[in-house]
Amino acid sequence: MQYFQKEIETMSKEEKRALQSERLVKIVKYAYENQAPYRAKMDAMGVKPEDIKSIDDISKLPFTVKQDLRDAYPFGMMARPKKDLVRLHASSATTGKLTVAGYTMNDIDVWGECAARSLVMAGGDAESIVHVAYGYGLFTGGLGMHYGGEKLGACVVPASAGNTQKQIQLLVDFGADIICCTPSYIIYLAEEIERMGLKIGEDIKLKGGVFGAEAWSEGMREDIEKRLNIRACDIYGLSEIAGPGVACDCQFKTGMHFQDDHFYPEIVDVDTLEPLPYGESGELVITTLTKEGMPLIRYRTRDIASLNDDPCPCGRTSVKLNKITGRSDDMLIIRGVNVFPSQIESVLLKNPDITPNYHINVDRVNNLDTMEIVVELSPNVKLDEVAHVEEIRRKLAADMTSALSVSAKITLVSPGTVARSEGKAKRITDKRKL
Amino acid sequence: MVKQIAVFLENREGRLSDCCKVLKQADVNLNSLSIADTKEFGIVRLIVDDSDKALSALQAAGFLSSVVELVAIEVPDKAGALADELIALSDSGVNIEYMYSFAGKDGHANIGFKTSMPEKAVAVLQAAGAKVL
Ligand SMILES: [Zn+2]
Repeated sequence: MQYFQKEIETMSKEEKRALQSERLVKIVKYAYENQAPYRAKMDAMGVKPEDIKSIDDISKLPFTVKQDLRDAYPFGMMARPKKDLVRLHASSATTGKLTVAGYTMNDIDVWGECAARSLVMAGGDAESIVHVAYGYGLFTGGLGMHYGGEKLGACVVPASAGNTQKQIQLLVDFGADIICCTPSYIIYLAEEIERMGLKIGEDIKLKGGVFGAEAWSEGMREDIEKRLNIRACDIYGLSEIAGPGVACDCQFKTGMHFQDDHFYPEIVDVDTLEPLPYGESGELVITTLTKEGMPLIRYRTRDIASLNDDPCPCGRTSVKLNKITGRSDDMLIIRGVNVFPSQIESVLLKNPDITPNYHINVDRVNNLDTMEIVVELSPNVKLDEVAHVEEIRRKLAADMTSALSVSAKITLVSPGTVARSEGKAKRITDKRKL
Repeated sequence: MVKQIAVFLENREGRLSDCCKVLKQADVNLNSLSIADTKEFGIVRLIVDDSDKALSALQAAGFLSSVVELVAIEVPDKAGALADELIALSDSGVNIEYMYSFAGKDGHANIGFKTSMPEKAVAVLQAAGAKVL
């Protein structure tokens, strides 16, 4: 199976633009009429729905930030009465209040289609057995891929997160060919599969997977693909917009195909909020073009990335989202230098003596920021001298300093001792009292 | 040759005793234990009666461990004989990365060392009259 919805996925640029324009005009009018926060924002800017005539007018519209959603908690952002909503999802916030997203039946269908398109990119089809090891619940991962699998006509195994031994047993017994989970969890599964001595291709029949909900690097992808002999696709989504499936990459890995018939992406400068051209890195901003329950206009995702419009050999014509390089939330400022966890990951992946699992501890000692990176030694490394360990540590510290432009203390620990997470990896402990 | 097991330990409290507990539970007897450590981590070197069993028990318990072969000799009873054997080794250009003594089965003292040229070391020691294990 090449495409889930060929006519949309391979639509010409001109047709796509016309569709986006038509949908933007409609959604802005709909939001103005049904969402008080948008009416207030647009009135304050002096923008009327009639001012929006095509997709090119999108930059006239106000931004939406997470705080707007918190302020509207729980139902202030909904465009439909509760009786029209069929589901609520929410994302946890460190500050207390959740952000909620409400979906109509049509929203669930659209999201399912996008998730199904993604599963096809990973090599899935109606014959597939799709193992969903994302958590089911308020988090969108589990149910999002579940509905995507059903839309595709595949057979879904709702394994949810946790209980790794059982997950592996289900993979062996049911013979799933497609898996959906976080990148750190698939690496953990691969380690367990290797430890149990199961044969890839015989006991484990996976062909592909979509992995998302946390940042991962190209090196991690190669590691996953090699260890499990699968196609590892990066999938993007966020609960405010829809969940996984907003964008996903195909086998050619030219960037994640953005489902831009439903979700329109822009990249803006983090400081000036001015739109940036393709190729330039900034904050990803998304406008939902078809959502009914809770449309969002120019929602600032906090994700740092760039877009590209290069043709893809797969034939899909959408704009593509390049790998997320960080979150403006996760970005650490260490002694004035911006550090993204993804930079640390790419250094770790180049070093065969260690595993890609790590934890960052940040503190402030005598008014100076300190950063400790706790790294696991690889189970395959042979160490019988203190000097060997020191050598591994010295090399890693030097590589880290040159990649991050700021020094870090490296602490090496035994394999398997850095906590794995089944949801978003909690890799940073910041003890600074700022 | 003697099989030595090297175990990486973070200097967390109780790691060394955990390591010994694993060996005891696996019914492995320790002939020797030596530690090289820094403020943050240590390498424990063990010589045991069943190195295969010890290695699989340690690895199963999550300890980063590996086997390294050491050249080992029995310490001779005759005064001065050990010095002669070691001098012969040094004169032949055999490098020694590290060396330590450990008890043999019968309570006899042994000396083991790691070298990148084990065959040559064994030949030199045998020629010098050493009892190579
Ligand atoms: Zn493609």
